[in-house]
Amino acid sequence: MKTNFTAAVVAAIVALGTAAPVMAETPPNMLVIANRIDDIKTFDPAESFEFAGADVSRNVYEKLVNFDPLDLDAGYMPQLAESWEISEDGKTITFTMAEGHVFSSGNPVTAKDAEFSLRRAVLLDKTPSFILTQFGFTADNVEETIKATDDKTLVLTLDKPYALSFVLNCLTATIGGIVDMETAMANEADGDMGSEWLRTNTSGSGPYKVVDWKPNESVLMDLNPNYHGEKPAMERVIVQHIQESATQRLQLERGDIDVARNLSPEDVAGLADVEGVKVVDELRGRLMYWSANQKVEMLTDPKVLDALKYAVDYDGMSGSFLNGQYTVHQAFLPLTFLGALEDKPYSFDMDAAKAAMAESGFPDCGPIKISVRDAQERLDIAQSLQNTWGQLGCDVELIVGTGAQTLDRYRAREHDIYLGAWGPDYPDPNTNAGTFALNPDNADEAGNTGYLAWRNAWDPGAMNDETLAAVVENDTDKRREMYLELQREHQKVSPFGVMFQQIEQNGMGASVENFVAGGATTAVSYWVITK
Amino acid sequence: MPSFPPWAKKTLGTVATVAATILGLLFVTFMIGRVMPIDPVLAVIGERATQAQYNATYLELGLDKPLLVQFGIYVNDVLHGDLGRSIRTGQEVTTDIARVFPATLELATLGTLLGVVLGVPLGVIAAVKRGSWIDQLARFVGLIGYSMPIFWLGLVGLLVFYGILGWVAGPGRLGIFYQGIVEPITGMLLIDSALRGEWTVFKDAFSHIILPASLLGYYSMAYISRMTRSFMLEQLNSEYVTTARVKGLSERKVIWGHAFRNIRIQLVTVIALAYANLLEGSVLTEIIFAWPGIGQYITTSLLANDMNSVLGGTIVIGTIFVGINIFSDLLYRFFDPRAK
Repeated sequence: MKTNFTAAVVAAIVALGTAAPVMAETPPNMLVIANRIDDIKTFDPAESFEFAGADVSRNVYEKLVNFDPLDLDAGYMPQLAESWEISEDGKTITFTMAEGHVFSSGNPVTAKDAEFSLRRAVLLDKTPSFILTQFGFTADNVEETIKATDDKTLVLTLDKPYALSFVLNCLTATIGGIVDMETAMANEADGDMGSEWLRTNTSGSGPYKVVDWKPNESVLMDLNPNYHGEKPAMERVIVQHIQESATQRLQLERGDIDVARNLSPEDVAGLADVEGVKVVDELRGRLMYWSANQKVEMLTDPKVLDALKYAVDYDGMSGSFLNGQYTVHQAFLPLTFLGALEDKPYSFDMDAAKAAMAESGFPDCGPIKISVRDAQERLDIAQSLQNTWGQLGCDVELIVGTGAQTLDRYRAREHDIYLGAWGPDYPDPNTNAGTFALNPDNADEAGNTGYLAWRNAWDPGAMNDETLAAVVENDTDKRREMYLELQREHQKVSPFGVMFQQIEQNGMGASVENFVAGGATTAVSYWVITK
Repeated sequence: MPSFPPWAKKTLGTVATVAATILGLLFVTFMIGRVMPIDPVLAVIGERATQAQYNATYLELGLDKPLLVQFGIYVNDVLHGDLGRSIRTGQEVTTDIARVFPATLELATLGTLLGVVLGVPLGVIAAVKRGSWIDQLARFVGLIGYSMPIFWLGLVGLLVFYGILGWVAGPGRLGIFYQGIVEPITGMLLIDSALRGEWTVFKDAFSHIILPASLLGYYSMAYISRMTRSFMLEQLNSEYVTTARVKGLSERKVIWGHAFRNIRIQLVTVIALAYANLLEGSVLTEIIFAWPGIGQYITTSLLANDMNSVLGGTIVIGTIFVGINIFSDLLYRFFDPRAK
């Protein structure tokens, strides 16, 4: 009898398994995306600072100014503000709000909401708040410096004149998202200005609103019925957390998802001959670089740095294991940024590298430890460096750790060479210039961990002033020229070896159109997508 | 000193052991989390934060207090049902665990059931027909189950049954069309959808769970059948079996009525162990099948240095281990009166 029972169970399992529905196509008005979204901690624009969070935010919150996804090169343009004026002394910007924008709650968007949202970001003082506080806004002065004079007018008073483009670019960052004041305050607890509630709920005037979020599992967005713009074709967007590239590829091939966002080079290659599927390449803002701690004597020798920069197999790496996912790039501003430098003065040249090393004060090279996190592509790059620098006679050791471990060591200035990635915080050249070429105080006690120059104990000298000058230059052509000059100099003398810029390869159904991941400047935009 | 009846002493003893075990577990995990060369503050605020934000968070997390005081505060919170907030998901750890644990429980239970239903008969038959093809097959199946990496089998399973044949649904717990239809009761989708009478959701959930559960079931089957086989061989070689046969009892009676009866107790322990292993050890399966369970939760938390989540998950897993042990102990007593 027992054997019969077993057989019955097996039969039932097989029957149920085969009878279950298997989707071959997603509905025409629904976008299904596979992505790694385990970095989402909160949807609150005052706090959100992670990639997957920025993707959601861009589709939920409108900003005073914003980018057109179909024309990212055009730069910022009016959104909640229809126009702006800058005072003669360059310190006051007056925004006039556009008509007709409405939050998902049904409340109209007014200058008061903008005032509330920007003040709140300064007052809450979460990690991304520096994007606003760098203009001199503080908890003590926001009442005067961020002010709605009526429902249609918002006045920002800066501590000194900055390039207008710099200020407006910063307002397009996630932290510039305008929140519905009434809804946020209705959900306030312990004076948090709705922070707790906005972690898991959204209250914006953008095309979508979040209706369900299961951390590490999925985010579900529906249309904001009150959205001011044209009704998007995708009425519902589902982002599923799928860790494995191979799994994403299978789902895409089966038509269970519309877009796969984390495909490995192997899986991209595997999709080449699959019918009904395409891969769209897009240049993103993330740079891959190595940097040399200036506390290590040998690494302060300009000739040693030169030798190390020549002894990198740029094309070899981008043509093999990084295939299609990184392009060679050697300046601190990613391509598509204002003033990005395209020069690539370093190529893999062992003779030049050896000559430079011989001329240096350390002709035999010395032991070098590369601090690297345990991610596959970074390990591959580190191994390549170990090989080519080894050919210079350097004894190269890899110190592998988790992301948190290597970052800890980096911030404590305890590394020799750090192999890392850096993405822009906001779409203005100052974001990377202020990180790679600015270090206001190189002392250990200064603890300027936000500056990569400081983390490498490097004093950029005159570049400090040049960086600060570029950020207040209002003539855009002049400003571009200043950044180009700054990067040329940086390329030559800095202890940074920028190697690659990321290309994102998104796999998607052949009929999916207008999928823009955000380029180097912003995040993904779902509302323009059709399929 | 007041005298307690024996059952009360026994119960008190068990409770004290459970409490001490869990406290010890917490202490060790807590200390490992604190002495690891990773900064818990950075895990919260990320790499771009300023020194002032760093300092504020440092105080907020209570890291300025002595370690033992921090631990005391933590235990006190736990006793009040507060496991703290996850820095990775931004939500209460209790909320997170209530969401992820049923997913694992459902997967592991189905996996163990499959393992038992297939593994026990296979082990018994293999022992009875020792050296026959079925015995060889059982051992071969067991060998594969032991030597193949689970992520590889998982990916192959997905490729064949989902990618090529399309017999089962892909990764995740539920198809996109069925999400949010069934209001959670237990958090286990098969049970909830059955209770609510949503049979299409049930079928979809089943279609999602059957592949990962079969994979886990296969692994526990390999283990259970191997153990069953060796237990049975031992019994079949003993004198009382020979005596029973000599007395003219039918083979079925000898095998199931005598020999199998005697290995039930050992089997209970084996199955309990297999079950506990699936509950905490199915991390890779959970990752490959995008199964949002507790194994995946604890692992990713650990990598992100999200110690509240790790500690919370550890308490749950620890409690389950202790619970399963007590349960198998009780079953032991039930089956074998001598153990009383």
